[in-house]
Amino acid sequence: MEYILIFITAIFVNNIVLSQFLGICPFLGVSKKVDTAMGMGAAVAFVLVLATIVTYLIQKFVLDAFGLAYLQTIAFILVIAALVQMVEIILKKVSPSLYQALGVFLPLITTNCCILGVTILVIQKDYDLLTGVVYAFSTALGFALALIVFAGIREQLSLVNIPKGMRGMSIALVTAGLLAMAFMGFSGVDKGLATLFGLN
Amino acid sequence: MKKLESSLKNMALALTGFSVVAGALLGWVNDVTAEPIAQANAKTLSDAIAVVVPGFDNNPAEAPEVIEVNGASYKIYKATKGGKFVGAAVESSSNGFGGALTVLVGFDPEGNIIDYSLLSHAETPGLGSKAADWFKKGAKGDITGKNPGEQPLVVSKDGGQIDAITASTITTRAFLLAVNNAYAAYKNQNVDSTTGATQQAAPADSTQVETNN
Amino acid sequence: MNNFKVLMNGIVKENPTFVLLLGMCPTLGTTSSAINGMGMGLATMFVLICSNVVISLIKNLVPDMVRIPIFVVVIASFVTLLQMLMQAYVPALYATLGLFIPLIVVNCILLGRAEAFAAKNNPLSSFFDGLGMGLGFTIALTLLGGVREFLGTGKIFNLAVMPEEYGMLIFVLAPGAFIVLGYLIAIVNRLKKA
Repeated sequence: MEYILIFITAIFVNNIVLSQFLGICPFLGVSKKVDTAMGMGAAVAFVLVLATIVTYLIQKFVLDAFGLAYLQTIAFILVIAALVQMVEIILKKVSPSLYQALGVFLPLITTNCCILGVTILVIQKDYDLLTGVVYAFSTALGFALALIVFAGIREQLSLVNIPKGMRGMSIALVTAGLLAMAFMGFSGVDKGLATLFGLN
Repeated sequence: MKKLESSLKNMALALTGFSVVAGALLGWVNDVTAEPIAQANAKTLSDAIAVVVPGFDNNPAEAPEVIEVNGASYKIYKATKGGKFVGAAVESSSNGFGGALTVLVGFDPEGNIIDYSLLSHAETPGLGSKAADWFKKGAKGDITGKNPGEQPLVVSKDGGQIDAITASTITTRAFLLAVNNAYAAYKNQNVDSTTGATQQAAPADSTQVETNN
Repeated sequence: MNNFKVLMNGIVKENPTFVLLLGMCPTLGTTSSAINGMGMGLATMFVLICSNVVISLIKNLVPDMVRIPIFVVVIASFVTLLQMLMQAYVPALYATLGLFIPLIVVNCILLGRAEAFAAKNNPLSSFFDGLGMGLGFTIALTLLGGVREFLGTGKIFNLAVMPEEYGMLIFVLAPGAFIVLGYLIAIVNRLKKA
């Protein structure tokens, strides 16, 4: 039950992009087409879950064990960068078709702040490994959902006559604002569910 | 100076070199700032205590008493003046609208609320975040001077006596729950330290257990 | 290139927020008020200047193949340094900005300037580039925070300029961030044409 709650909260109520403001760069950058949005969403889900597991183990067995908690930021970002590189190499060898689909997005992921952000949040929230993985996966789904919905709207937008100054990023941001407003409609849903599941 | 070649030796050297320097530098700064960080945290806490239970001359932040009530733990900071108990600040948390909401509530020896301070919260800015002032003296949801022991604090929507923050009933409920819990913890603590009733009971219990065995 | 030009370039012509559109996460996430926006801007500026100067100093010691990880180590070190200093001396601001301080590491402005400027120029110009870009970022964030705070609560820098009842709360919340930035960019586009 607890996992279902985390799942729904991370996707709808505290959507990583639209209410936590993480991962905005790819959200604005690769959302012109629905296809690419799906590819990016899948790549993020893949790396985020892996990164959460690896950084969790590093935090517990290296940083905490040796009293090096202050090196968290530096260690995590290096781990994520190395991990992304490794995933790229392995995918290329093992599954060329998957590499073809996700390959172009992988280098972009290192500087996607939602990866570093979520890995730090998992430690801050004091989740255990399984909860952390559920949280990371749901967050990535939320990211993919926001990205795909947004890309769908932007495909429509390209067919409309928009005032000159508003073209490009400007109208995209205003659209994102309206989308965020729509997602605000989910706020409070998590409370209701928590009561329903008897977790409060 | 000429730029270093990208040979394997150079790359390995450069990577290890810079990581070691960075690690050493951060270790040193960590040592230097550890003390000020601890002090800053302690100061935030002692400032908050000074607001909610004024007029003490000891250092309540120094040795909090940790009490467990219904599985949740509460920190109680006792304030004394000239050795006499003048009240205590109780740290209590509950689940608000956006996440955990932590409040420090000050009680006088009779259990009346002196004041409170919102330590941390994740409520909506401009709505639930108003809890920082809403329940203060003279504000709309004033809780100061009330005694949760006589009547638990309940929001007026649920048939109670406290006006909810506009459009933030969930935050208000969470806040009042935290205050009521703080009171319960405070009462437990009171029994321990002032009347000594439980202290007398405790050894009696243990002897009983021994004889039973 | 003279240093003054480098400085102004970052503030106006290549403003990281309004023109280059870099570092969007902190731009949107921390600008619920003018003072928060400014705090975030200054924090980023500190890291940007330090990392720019250091990277420019060590650029010849860094083999090309591993330059990115080394730049990241430099940037992450300064971010951690900043984290510790802020925790020690401005704990209240640190608590408000929260997660966005460690996330300065992945702010594209930093790695972008390291690659595009500091790795090719002398330390002094790199310093001015960092200062200019940092100021451009700070100004943009303060402006965005100010507009949101004004529309949302009727205050600017916590000073009331109109009654709070007229504030439209939505501008302090998430959607307001996107919308205000969208319109500010439209205005900048218009001004650039003129």
